[in-house]
Amino acid sequence: MTRTDTTAAPPRARPARAPRPPRRRPLRQAVSPYTYLVPFFTLFAAFGIFPLLYTAFVSVHRVELQTPGTMEWRGFGNYTAVFTDPFFWTALRNTFTIGVLSTVPQLAMALALAHFLNHRLRGRTFFRTAMLLPYATSVAAATLVFAQLYGRDFGLVNQFLGLIGIGPVDWQTGTTASQIAVSSIVIWRWTGYNALIYLAGMQTIPAELYEAAEMDGASPWQQFRHVTLPGLRPTIVFTTVVSTIGATQLFGEPLLFEGSVSGGISHQYQTLGLYLYEQGWGFFHLGRAAAIAWVMFLLILLLVGANALAAARRSRKEAAR
Amino acid sequence: MTARVRRPGRLAYGVLILAVLVSAFPLYWTAVAASRSNADLARVPPSLLPGPHLMDNFRQVLAEADIGKALLNSLIVSGSITVGTVLCSTLAGFAFAKLRFRGRGLLLSLTVATMMIPPQLGVIPLFMLIARLHWVNQLQAVILPGLVSAFGVFFMRQFLAQSLPDELIEAARIDGASTRRIFWSIVVPVARPAMAVLGLLTFMTAWNDFFWPVVALSSQEPTVQVALRQLGGGYVHDQSVIMAGTLLGTLPVLLVFGLLGRQIVGGIMQGAVKG
Repeated sequence: MTRTDTTAAPPRARPARAPRPPRRRPLRQAVSPYTYLVPFFTLFAAFGIFPLLYTAFVSVHRVELQTPGTMEWRGFGNYTAVFTDPFFWTALRNTFTIGVLSTVPQLAMALALAHFLNHRLRGRTFFRTAMLLPYATSVAAATLVFAQLYGRDFGLVNQFLGLIGIGPVDWQTGTTASQIAVSSIVIWRWTGYNALIYLAGMQTIPAELYEAAEMDGASPWQQFRHVTLPGLRPTIVFTTVVSTIGATQLFGEPLLFEGSVSGGISHQYQTLGLYLYEQGWGFFHLGRAAAIAWVMFLLILLLVGANALAAARRSRKEAAR
Repeated sequence: MTARVRRPGRLAYGVLILAVLVSAFPLYWTAVAASRSNADLARVPPSLLPGPHLMDNFRQVLAEADIGKALLNSLIVSGSITVGTVLCSTLAGFAFAKLRFRGRGLLLSLTVATMMIPPQLGVIPLFMLIARLHWVNQLQAVILPGLVSAFGVFFMRQFLAQSLPDELIEAARIDGASTRRIFWSIVVPVARPAMAVLGLLTFMTAWNDFFWPVVALSSQEPTVQVALRQLGGGYVHDQSVIMAGTLLGTLPVLLVFGLLGRQIVGGIMQGAVKG
């Protein structure tokens, strides 16, 4: 990260000589560098760090949306209210299932696409750019289109399924069906993006490794398994962490899939992010919403920690082999 | 570029073309549905070709959902966030990459550490702050928090650390240039390509941002995404009109993407390698 001066001479018996010149200071006065940081760090403190820390403080108070200026001490009341609400547990479960349903296929497909993008293709730029189209589409736009496609009576998806003899699926009210539908929006938007991230990672793997594997008679599949995958490990950990955080935060997709804050008739696809919004801006309980935010934060730490542990254990296993 | 001499077979092209079709189809369908009447959309089998009603639907959505104002607001918000973020990030990135000062490592670590924390977690105090300042329903409520980009600072720092030779700065110092002079006449010209990429990514993210604008703004002063939320919120029942609004809200970004998609791809891949 930081550069160090490499002016250290090897130690030896030094004859007396003129004192070393003072170290060159690259700046005129000690104030100057900080002035370059002031704009960013002022905004960062006010709108970044302060809200994050203050969330914990708000979460132990009663704060109502209509009177955001008055706070009344509640201790852990907000937390008990959240933990005794069955809908919180529904949201937690949904967040988990939708998270798995959207993240696992997304990253697996991204890996496959990256592998194919890593060939010498004609129209390479076209393929890469086209795959990023969904990423450029906003959550709101994507969800409205998908909601239309998943319409029960005239949606294109059911019409297509009808062609191959599958009866109309109720994508809005069925629990599993609606969770699959919501997950598919996430998958559509992020697969191409992650494919490019993997591609960038693949391009840092030295070509000699592939050549050596080729010499040893490794098949393309074996090369992928023993050269590409180990080389991509840090990238895979990174994308898993980012996707996990993203999945925990899902909000736009479940909100707009039908347009209600409850995430379906029986909350069947309400995520934690949407539950937070419903408590804060649907029921006006900002204090309770802050408690949910804090729970989400701890959940993310837990998941990311588990990810990191699993990655570390895997690399230890590799090393032991 | 990769030195692999793997010739793509039919399988590679087949898979990639399928992926492109899947990526593009929902957007194509938006345009098709926006150009038909509502009755058309309820027909079995549906037509996959555009129809003649695009302008009618545009007119209707402009009347019903004030998309015109939303587009203008989104332009103001995304433009301001882009200019401000690129400037703040370049300033801070330069200091982190090339200047020495006490606490540099600590401040940089703090910035990078928060990159992983979703902004949604601080949304309640942020809203209380905005309410206290009487900024609810005003564009600055979305613009100012949007300027905070730890990613931007990190991105510019990495770029400048690699592409700006120390000798250049030393030489300018020996010639007696002040740090400010060095920043404007040496750093900014060198950083221009990275600034452009960061600007593109920032603009796209700001244009598409959903959670905070929905919280901070209402139908009186919507961005495009807030307007789309209202469209989907049930008071417009015409699917074809909803799709027309979606198309209008997505077109500007798709336009930028069509012109500069290459640079965006490059930026994402660059950020990934360095990230």
